[in-house]
Amino acid sequence: MPGPHEIAADRPFAWKAFFFQWEWILLLVFLAIQVMNFHLSPYYLDLAHLREEAADLAWWPWLTSLIPAVLANWADVTISFLDKSFIVFPMAFIIIMAEIDISVGSTVALSAVLMGLSYKAGLSMPLAMVVALAVGSVCGFINGLILVKYRELAPMIVTLATMIIYRGIALILLEDQAVGKFPAWFQNICWGYLGPVPIMLLAFCVTALVFGIILHRTTFGRQVYAIGSNPVASLFSGVPVARIRVTAYTLAGLMSGVTAIFLTSRMGSTRPNVATGYELDVIAMVVLGGVSTAGGRGRIIGTVISVFTIGFLRYGLGLRNISAEYLLIIIGLLLIFAVMLPNLRPLYTSWYSARHPRRQ
Amino acid sequence: MPQGTEKNPLDKESSSFLAKVSRFRETGLFLFILVVMLLTHLKNPNFFSLENLDDLLTNTAILSILALGMMLVIITRGIDLSLGSTLALSGMITALTVSSYPTLHPLLAIALGTLIGIVCGSLVGLGVAVFGVLPIIASLGMMYVYRGLTYIVSGRRWVNASQMPESFKAIATTRLFDIRLYIFIAIVFYLAFYYFTNYTRTGRRIYAVGSNPDSAAITGIKTWRFIWLVYAIMGGLSGFCGVLWVSKFASAQGDTASGYEMNVIAACVLGGVNIMGGSGRVGGVLLGAVLLGTLNNALPMVNMSVFWQNAIQGSIILVAILVNAQVKRNVDRGNLLRRHI
Amino acid sequence: MSEYILELNNITKIFPGVRALNQVHFQLRPGEIHALMGENGAGKSTFIKVITGVHQPDQGEIILDGKPVVFSTPLDAQAAGIAAIYQHVTSYPDLSVSENIFIGHELLHRFGRLNWDAMHAKAGDFLRRLGANFTPQTLMGSLSVAQQQIVEIAKAFSQNARIIIMDEPTAALTRRESEELYRITRQLRDNGVSVIFISHRFEDMYQLAERVTVFRDSSYIGTWPVKEISSHDMIVAMVGREITQLFPSKSDRPPGAELLRVEKLGKPGYFSDISFQLHAGEVLGVTGLVGAGRSELCQALFGIMPYEQGSVSVNGQPVTITSPADAIRAGLAYLPEDRQRQGLLLSWSISRNITLPALRRYSRRGFTREAQENSHSHTLSQRLLVRAPSIHTPVSSLSGGNQQKVVMAKLLTTNARILILDEPTKGVDIGAKSAMYEIIAALAADGFGIVLITSEMPEVLGMCDRILVMRNGRLTAEMPVGEASQEKILAAAMLSTTA
Repeated sequence: MPGPHEIAADRPFAWKAFFFQWEWILLLVFLAIQVMNFHLSPYYLDLAHLREEAADLAWWPWLTSLIPAVLANWADVTISFLDKSFIVFPMAFIIIMAEIDISVGSTVALSAVLMGLSYKAGLSMPLAMVVALAVGSVCGFINGLILVKYRELAPMIVTLATMIIYRGIALILLEDQAVGKFPAWFQNICWGYLGPVPIMLLAFCVTALVFGIILHRTTFGRQVYAIGSNPVASLFSGVPVARIRVTAYTLAGLMSGVTAIFLTSRMGSTRPNVATGYELDVIAMVVLGGVSTAGGRGRIIGTVISVFTIGFLRYGLGLRNISAEYLLIIIGLLLIFAVMLPNLRPLYTSWYSARHPRRQ
Repeated sequence: MPQGTEKNPLDKESSSFLAKVSRFRETGLFLFILVVMLLTHLKNPNFFSLENLDDLLTNTAILSILALGMMLVIITRGIDLSLGSTLALSGMITALTVSSYPTLHPLLAIALGTLIGIVCGSLVGLGVAVFGVLPIIASLGMMYVYRGLTYIVSGRRWVNASQMPESFKAIATTRLFDIRLYIFIAIVFYLAFYYFTNYTRTGRRIYAVGSNPDSAAITGIKTWRFIWLVYAIMGGLSGFCGVLWVSKFASAQGDTASGYEMNVIAACVLGGVNIMGGSGRVGGVLLGAVLLGTLNNALPMVNMSVFWQNAIQGSIILVAILVNAQVKRNVDRGNLLRRHI
Repeated sequence: MSEYILELNNITKIFPGVRALNQVHFQLRPGEIHALMGENGAGKSTFIKVITGVHQPDQGEIILDGKPVVFSTPLDAQAAGIAAIYQHVTSYPDLSVSENIFIGHELLHRFGRLNWDAMHAKAGDFLRRLGANFTPQTLMGSLSVAQQQIVEIAKAFSQNARIIIMDEPTAALTRRESEELYRITRQLRDNGVSVIFISHRFEDMYQLAERVTVFRDSSYIGTWPVKEISSHDMIVAMVGREITQLFPSKSDRPPGAELLRVEKLGKPGYFSDISFQLHAGEVLGVTGLVGAGRSELCQALFGIMPYEQGSVSVNGQPVTITSPADAIRAGLAYLPEDRQRQGLLLSWSISRNITLPALRRYSRRGFTREAQENSHSHTLSQRLLVRAPSIHTPVSSLSGGNQQKVVMAKLLTTNARILILDEPTKGVDIGAKSAMYEIIAALAADGFGIVLITSEMPEVLGMCDRILVMRNGRLTAEMPVGEASQEKILAAAMLSTTA
């Protein structure tokens, strides 16, 4: 027991806090979806068939021999949903700062269109990809700049306006046409493998790692949390609030450029109306990952699990021909449930105490 | 009391000046709409033809009605992203119903659509008002749910014109005194909302709740009821407009009005509804909706490619926001400088 | 009929984990102004919320006009003629004055239509009676705090309130505005209204009240006629012990080298032509009325709202300060006035709060190093005697005084030698106050230069070596503490310089 003026410096491991984390629930949902996928589809990891093929092996060696197959299957599945998930990380930064960027979908479209056009105009494909990244970054930078110059404006409104403008520019440039005919190797960016691992999955993991380190291990990340917890006190503490906000929005633009590249590579061509509604999907993934829209809370690991949860859910339902509509409903309800969960306890307590007033 | 007079005239002046600015905003918007119209008319004299004006207003009617609901939601510091989906769901169910029961009276169809909308909106409101989910998340979640339901009830098929009875399609084509019914409906809604927001206790309390929720609670106002109410109204209007929409385009699809919520929000922002809650006026919202409608109508008339529409709309919204912020800054700074040191 | 219009007996209110009120009593006579005093956390605010029906007591009874009553909602209390004017003005900035007055009991035409003409007319009538100089149609948000309070009083009028509760109404008012409020309050009493006046300021109590009730630590201490209790006895009642030596004794060392030189600093609309120097080991008091531009001056020095004229030099070197980060780099640190909003990240731990202003120093190439952060915060917390179980405790769970120590630790983290303290003892109890004074004195003895902004006269005279007085954005007097007196300072703060 410390004396009156003693203050403990070490932090005992908090078991309770460790287990009461949203990420565990998310992980359970993820596993449940895997189980469901096994049951739903004969095509998803056809265990019976595989067992027949290797009938001479005992169960245990057979199971361990299966692991690479399972992983490979999972890896393949990820190609179907990872393209938009690159934006999830900078969006997590922005939402942790209690802000929002709804222009990312339009930024993807504009980056993709300009990439296509600059390739068509004779630029080499690698350079055209740089154009996509640059365009994305500029779009994000403009958002950030407006927001720090006019701090009184709500991010929702400013990015709503730029959302319409960015897609508008893409429409002016390409009208209802599409650009395509990219070099053959370009589609490998999305569809290609590095050894057994899809390039896109590799890129996603590296991105997740980099953003995770930035958010959780650097002063920049700490300051992002600070701004989300109390922007005024952060400013008074010498946190370069404006610089960090601009950087976060620029990163969102940059990652939209990355998404533009993967998306275009997957589809083989691009048009101004691609990536419509991506902003809402991305926000949904971030919030489902446990990032609080009230600011100051959330982790990269949660958003990663959430990306895979939604991705596999979509894939599994697709396998069984239960199409996107149920997925929409499930995602929508999960989203609300995720946000509602922490509110339920105080709500119940007040309801209970209203029903059972303390006796005098 | 010479010291007493030092400060007071200034307060009066600043308040009346602020009032002027807010009026200036609406007048400015009005003048801007006129300029757009006149320029269009110079390029294409058909613009001011009765036929075209009738078209313009009919096309703006749905947007302007939805903007009224969104105004209430934004006044309570909320946002509703689910209205496009609600509109689609109500439109789809109504369309399926009338195609199965062609004898159904159009008024009943409208009532059905509105009811579906109210239920949808109430669920969003339940999440926001009772379970404390942030409006953007609650409405985003329900947006997915309603969109999914729309696809499910339709079995991913369209309901097209040939499946709808004439009586239903007639909602869109009916004219009163040679003016399209939709315009009358919009006018009725605007009058009703003007009365509601200015002359009823409930209407004013919605403003109070948005202006300062904590003190509203201390005053004994049950804030959650009003928050719930505005989402239910928004849902009801979306459902109602779903019927109008389906009747007008004579088709109901799964992706009807997808993304339309952004147009509605844009109309409110242009109309001067403060996204931080507490203020917003029916007249401003009308002007905001009419400006967007005018642009949609005018661009094709001056042979400007429709592909320019988004960019121009977006730029106008951005400029309006920035100019507004700058004017407010200048006013504040002017007030400061007049302070005698 | 009893002697009292309102009586509360044995009121107890328990929140989860806290006994906010413990068996308190209160008796209000018709037509009296009754002061309610107590330190922060003594239970005054909860008590008011019980009277106004925001909270329901867990025990005890409320007797109005001799009859027991139960207020289950604020509307019940309103209907019974009880109105409250809260500490933080609880108005609707986007609505007109009339609406603010009549919300909850609007005047109606038939069929529930709001009768604006009647409301504006009646509101105008109230405002005239209170001597207000704005119209009922004015937007509430464009009024000053004092004007908004007048609206709140008009609102109480409109509810035919017989009992009006004012929760620290003078806290944000200038002296002149306070005088005006006194006048209005007396006018209310003369009209037969009973007033419960809650305040920190003894001056309010002596000026206004007939009787005073004191709470301490959620309990009832006693009720006295104001004329019969000295301020010394009041302090004992409020604190529960004698504060013999509030201010540490001053050292006689002469001030050291010049740390900070400010020349002709100005920002239009806030302050102009401010020049002064600060030396090592010196406590420089900056005083004046609220709104005289003191906080604005210091925020400008710290880069929060940059100055537009003049120059600043630190240690003889000219510096340009356009952001707090610049200021910290130049060796300045600022303790803001609003601890919870501007000073702390309430959900963060003590340790993280302390290291935030100088993260760079506890990191390597941009990567944070928790071990260094923790050992540094631990050392500082122990040095400043922060009372908490651990440096990982969230600051939201600390008392006001300990929170202020954490802010102080943040300042020291930056290695600044110039500390600007904006009302460092505002809203902390007397025990924490004296601890804060000891910290300030120790820092000055260590050679820090300290700018102390304060409105409290004893603090100015007890802590500072030299005193600057501001009025209306300008410096009106500078004096060493030896030559200063309460009268001289007040004269410089309130009268024009020619006087």
